Amino acid sequence: MGIAESRISQLQDRVAGLSVPASAWNAKNRAAAVERLQSMGLPAPRDEYWRFTDPKSLNAIEAPKAALFDPKETDVFDTIDRLEIVFVDGVFDATASDELSGSNMSIERLSDAEGQDTHWTADCYGALEAIGQTPVQRPFAALNTAYATDGVLIHVTGKVEKPVNITYRHANETSDAILHHVIKLEEGAELTLLENGPAAARFNKSCEVFVADRATFHHVRTQGRDHERRAVTHIFADLGTESVFKSFTLTANGALTRNECVLRLNGDDATAHVAGASVGDGDFHHDDTVFITHDAVGCESRQVFKKVLRNGATGVFQGKILVKPDAQKTDGYQISQSLLLDDDSQFLAKPELEIYADDVACSHGSTSGAIDEEALFYLCSRGVPKDQATDLLTVAFLAEAADEIESDTLSDLIVDKLEGWLERHRP
Amino acid sequence: MLEIKNLQVSLAEEDKEILKGVDLTVEAGKVHAIMGPNGSGKSTLSYVLSGKDGYEVTGGSASLDGEDLLELEPEERAAAGLFLAFQYPVEIPGVGNMTFLRTAVNAQRKARGEDEMSAAQFLKVVRERAKTLKIDSDMLKRPVNVGFSGGEKKRNEILQMAMLEPKMCILDETDSGLDVDAMKLVSEGVNALRDEGRGFLVITHYQRLLDHIKPDVVHIMANGRIVKTGGPELALEVEQNGYADILAEVA
Repeated sequence: MGIAESRISQLQDRVAGLSVPASAWNAKNRAAAVERLQSMGLPAPRDEYWRFTDPKSLNAIEAPKAALFDPKETDVFDTIDRLEIVFVDGVFDATASDELSGSNMSIERLSDAEGQDTHWTADCYGALEAIGQTPVQRPFAALNTAYATDGVLIHVTGKVEKPVNITYRHANETSDAILHHVIKLEEGAELTLLENGPAAARFNKSCEVFVADRATFHHVRTQGRDHERRAVTHIFADLGTESVFKSFTLTANGALTRNECVLRLNGDDATAHVAGASVGDGDFHHDDTVFITHDAVGCESRQVFKKVLRNGATGVFQGKILVKPDAQKTDGYQISQSLLLDDDSQFLAKPELEIYADDVACSHGSTSGAIDEEALFYLCSRGVPKDQATDLLTVAFLAEAADEIESDTLSDLIVDKLEGWLERHRP
Repeated sequence: MLEIKNLQVSLAEEDKEILKGVDLTVEAGKVHAIMGPNGSGKSTLSYVLSGKDGYEVTGGSASLDGEDLLELEPEERAAAGLFLAFQYPVEIPGVGNMTFLRTAVNAQRKARGEDEMSAAQFLKVVRERAKTLKIDSDMLKRPVNVGFSGGEKKRNEILQMAMLEPKMCILDETDSGLDVDAMKLVSEGVNALRDEGRGFLVITHYQRLLDHIKPDVVHIMANGRIVKTGGPELALEVEQNGYADILAEVA
């Protein structure tokens, strides 16, 4: 079935200014992605998974301008001993970055790798994205695979002690960045990936993660600062037997953020936790779209998403758990909650369960509510000013998502950031 | 210390008068008890004094050491030295008891222009006071009142009182939901805070609590007014004869 003419021409205009980087080993993957994208076209507001989030600004030929915002605060992971890689508006900053090397891993840039004759990512690049296009199409992920200008490729063969931290800086008001990372963890390997920063006026980022048997991948990221920035991000991961995947995202500010997470639990007894805390004030639209497929026995998945919205901010959650016929003993859990601090803000949630196995435990819940007035009065009656009491209750609400972070140190850093944001955004 | 004059209060949502002119003065160093049948307005009085939403003051005044309480926000009343031990302490998931206590103590100190307590100093004091109330470190770490038994919640109220060192303490049916041992423990906690400079207003249905916390003055409240005031013997009279006789006598 072909797609409408108008979609084809819209897509041609959208990608006219983009070019597919040349590469001996990656040309095939890039070309396949171009083909996928052409067969799909760009998303339209009537598409099932775009009903709550208008793709207009992501579809626009040029990135809408996003003013730079400098809140005079240090980067969230500055106190962590880490290997830092810095991109400014999607362009690698060698001076600001650490040397790309570490024990138990190989780490290099996509653009460097593509100049080589062969590379270990030849079979990986775009592979999970391609699989992740069914049953739900993700055009921006295909666009990313086709046109990404750079990214980080990490091959992990053992336990990596120092987290890898990718910092995204935003310096140009009209920057339009596309980055694609590939991370492959061999059997029993361990890596923590940290990501932070506003990245660009418009940012399209994709990250494919291959988690082999008994490997562990921890991911903590913050998307913050600049109010007008827009981002569409995808995480695709395949999980092997007894592997662990845990991803947490803090989002503060941003005119539009769409974070998609597409996970497949392919090996028995794998664990996948995806969590997010987002806080928005005013012109803020945040969308978490998650698709978890259970395709093995005894796997556990958790989705915990919390949103605090005020002054007309919008939160979206679309979370799906698909349990294949053989995925017995699946334990699937999903909760999405919003705290609406006024009547102008809204939360749109679409939880979905599709279960074909008969011996599973899956639950989901979604709530929207206001600050608990009884609790607020109790705190105030003890002398805590109303603003501070509201913050305490708000942080308590969000902390349930931050609790999903394995490392207490990282979790504390996230809660500190949340507290700072709330203090700056009091009514 | 606490001076209430002809206080008249209605429910904000409906036009229903709950307090119909309450007059009451609690002096520093004294313990006043208010007893009265259900629906007499005892709890309303405690809520109005502490600043809870939902009530409309239609007349009269309430002041603490000359400061007009009714003009102040709840947190300002607390900083001014007023404390209400809740009949039903509120559970606050996600907020650690210790964090809550420290935030409250320091917020009040800040409001009074005093230095905040350091973490170490605070920890020392809280451990000491928690110990006398048999509150263990686990209870201090848990979220405020979450999963606490009735007795634990009331002990936690008294711990807050001990940490905040208010001038004027209002205890709203602190004996409800307590077994005999817990009542003794809570009463000891209250008695330890009795002081020349501190006033108490103890609201209760039963004389039993007043065996432990000996009042100087007992008031009987009915239908939104203080209808009779006397010494400790008044509480005993209620215990023996119920409210019917007193109410008949003042009617």
